[in-house]
Amino acid sequence: MSLSRSDIEKIAHLARLELTENELPVYVDSLSRIIDFVGELDRAQTAGIEPMAHPLPGLAQRLRADEVLETDRHELFQRNAPQVEAGLYLVPKVIE
Amino acid sequence: MSASPIHRRTLAGLAKGLKQREFSSVEVARAFLDRLESSQPDLNAFVTVTRDAALASAAVADRRLAAGEGGPLTGLPLAHKDIFCTEGVLTSCGSKMLANFVSPYDATVVARLREAGTVMLGKANMDEFAMGSSNETSHFGPVRNPWDVARVPGGSSGGSAAAVAARVAPAATATDTGGSIRQPAALCGVTGIKPTYGRVSRYGMIAFASSLDQGGLITISAEDAALLLGAIAGFDPRDSTSVDTPVPDYAATLGEPLAGLRIGLVREFFDKGLDARCEARIREALAVYEKLGAKLVEVSCPNLPLSVPTYYVVAPAECSSNLARFDGVRFGHRCEQPRNLADLYRRSRGEGFGAEVKRRIMTGTYVLSAGYYDAYYLKAQRVRQLISADFARAFGECDVLVGPTSPTPAFPLGAKTSDPITMYLNDIYTIGANLAGLPGMSIPCGFVDGLPVGLQLVGPHFSEARMLNVAHRYQTETDWHLQVPAAYA
Repeated sequence: MSLSRSDIEKIAHLARLELTENELPVYVDSLSRIIDFVGELDRAQTAGIEPMAHPLPGLAQRLRADEVLETDRHELFQRNAPQVEAGLYLVPKVIE
Repeated sequence: MSASPIHRRTLAGLAKGLKQREFSSVEVARAFLDRLESSQPDLNAFVTVTRDAALASAAVADRRLAAGEGGPLTGLPLAHKDIFCTEGVLTSCGSKMLANFVSPYDATVVARLREAGTVMLGKANMDEFAMGSSNETSHFGPVRNPWDVARVPGGSSGGSAAAVAARVAPAATATDTGGSIRQPAALCGVTGIKPTYGRVSRYGMIAFASSLDQGGLITISAEDAALLLGAIAGFDPRDSTSVDTPVPDYAATLGEPLAGLRIGLVREFFDKGLDARCEARIREALAVYEKLGAKLVEVSCPNLPLSVPTYYVVAPAECSSNLARFDGVRFGHRCEQPRNLADLYRRSRGEGFGAEVKRRIMTGTYVLSAGYYDAYYLKAQRVRQLISADFARAFGECDVLVGPTSPTPAFPLGAKTSDPITMYLNDIYTIGANLAGLPGMSIPCGFVDGLPVGLQLVGPHFSEARMLNVAHRYQTETDWHLQVPAAYA
C-alpha cells in the first residue's frame, strides 16, 4: 500500500509534528514501505485469538490506594519549563 | 589475577580488590574516568561525564569501606544509560528534545544503585529515545564500536555496550524494548541481560513502548550481571507494571551444574538470514554446553518470523502515545516565537525530535487512527498472542532457548541508515522475547573477522537465576567475555 503526500500531511497533523518540505517525500516513501512490511501480518490466521495487551499472562494493571503520597514540588519541576510565571506554565494566548 | 590492572577487572574482581584494600574507590573511579575521557573523541560513548560527583561519591564509599560499613557494591563504578533520570544531571535520552532536561529526581534503578554505594561515572549515549539498532540516531552523534571504530556498536544501548567493551566503565545500565540490550552487547562482545517484563522498575526510565520496555544491564560477565541485578530487581510501588515476586540471590546459583539442562534450538532462529560464520560460532558454543552435560532439542516457533512486523505496529503505536507528553510546555525543547498554541506544539515537536523518532510517531499514529486500528493494531496484538504461545509451547520441551543474538557482526556506520526496514531486521532474533515478556541475555561466543559474535539465551518468565547460571558456566569454560579490543587493552 502506498501512502500519498496528503496522507503524510494528515498523519503529521494528528501527531502534531511540523514537517519540512524536504522531510515530506522521505516519509511518504519510508512510511509506505513500513506499512507494506507490517502488512505481512495479514498472513497470520488469528480468528478467535484474543489480542494480547500485557506480556505477562494473568497479570492486569495494578491500582494503588487513593492516598496522597507526593508533596508539592512544583518549583523544582518547573525549573525545566521553557516559560513560567507565578507558578503557571505560559503558552501563547488561546482565546483572543 | 591480583596483578591485573584496574580496568581489566570484572566488577567482581574490583569488589574483591576494594575489600582487600588493593586500591581505593577513588583510585578506581579516577582510572575509569581518565580512560573514559580519553576514549570520547573515538567512541563518543557518553553524553555527560560526571567526574566531580563520581570522585565525591567514591570518597564517601572509601570512608564507608574503611569503617567496615560497605555492602557488596560499595565503591564500584558504573555508567547509566541516558534514558534513566538522574537527579541534578542532564537526562537527554539522546534527543534534542531533552538536550536541556536536568532531571529533578532519580529513576528507581539509579536510586537503588546509588543506595547500594555504586559510583556513577556518567550518562551513556544511546539512540534517540531508544529508537534504533546502531546508535546512529542520537542527537549527540553516533557511538563507535571499540572493536572497529568504522562500525556501529549496535543500539539502542550502544554507549553502554561500547563503554564496557572498551573497559572505560566496568558495567552500565541499559534498556531493551526490541533488543536494545542484547544486540549491542553482541556487537560489542560484552554480556547483556534483559530481565522479565516487570522484574526491574521503570520509574524514571523514559518510556518508549510500555508493553515492551524493560531495564537491565551490560557487564563484562554473567557473574557481574548477577551482582547488579540483585540490586535493581524487585517490586516498586511507583511502577504500576512492576511485579511483586521475591528476588532470588542470583549469585548463589551461578555455579550450579548444567547436567540434564535441556537447551532448545529454535528452528526459526537458524534461518537463511543468519551469517554462516556467526552460525559456526553458535554451534561451537552449543558444543561447549553439550560438554557441560546439556542436551540439545530442536523446537519450533512457527509464528516467530512475524515478530518484526508485529513489533513495528505495537512499538510505534505505544511510542506515539508515550511521546505525546513532549509538548514544549512543561519541559523539553520549545520552538522560538510560536504564533499560537498549535504552532508551539507542532514546531517544538518537529524541531525537537529526530528523523527516526518522527517516523515511529507517525507510523504509530497511522496504525492507531480511525479505520486502521483493527487492521493493524488489534491484528498485531493477536499475532503477539500467537508468538507468546509458541514460546510457552517451546518451554514445555526445554529449559532455555539458545541461538544467535544478531544475524551478523557489527556493520559499518551508514550501511543501513537509508532503509528503515533493513535496520529493523537487525532485531529479528531479539524482538520475540520482548513481545512475550521473557528474559533474554547475550554473551560473547567468539569472533568473525575480529568482530564479536553474541550467543542469545531466552528463558521462561522470571528464570533470570537459571539463565545467569547457564551463562556463567559457559564463561567459566571460555574467555571470550574477557577479550578486549587491542586499542583498549
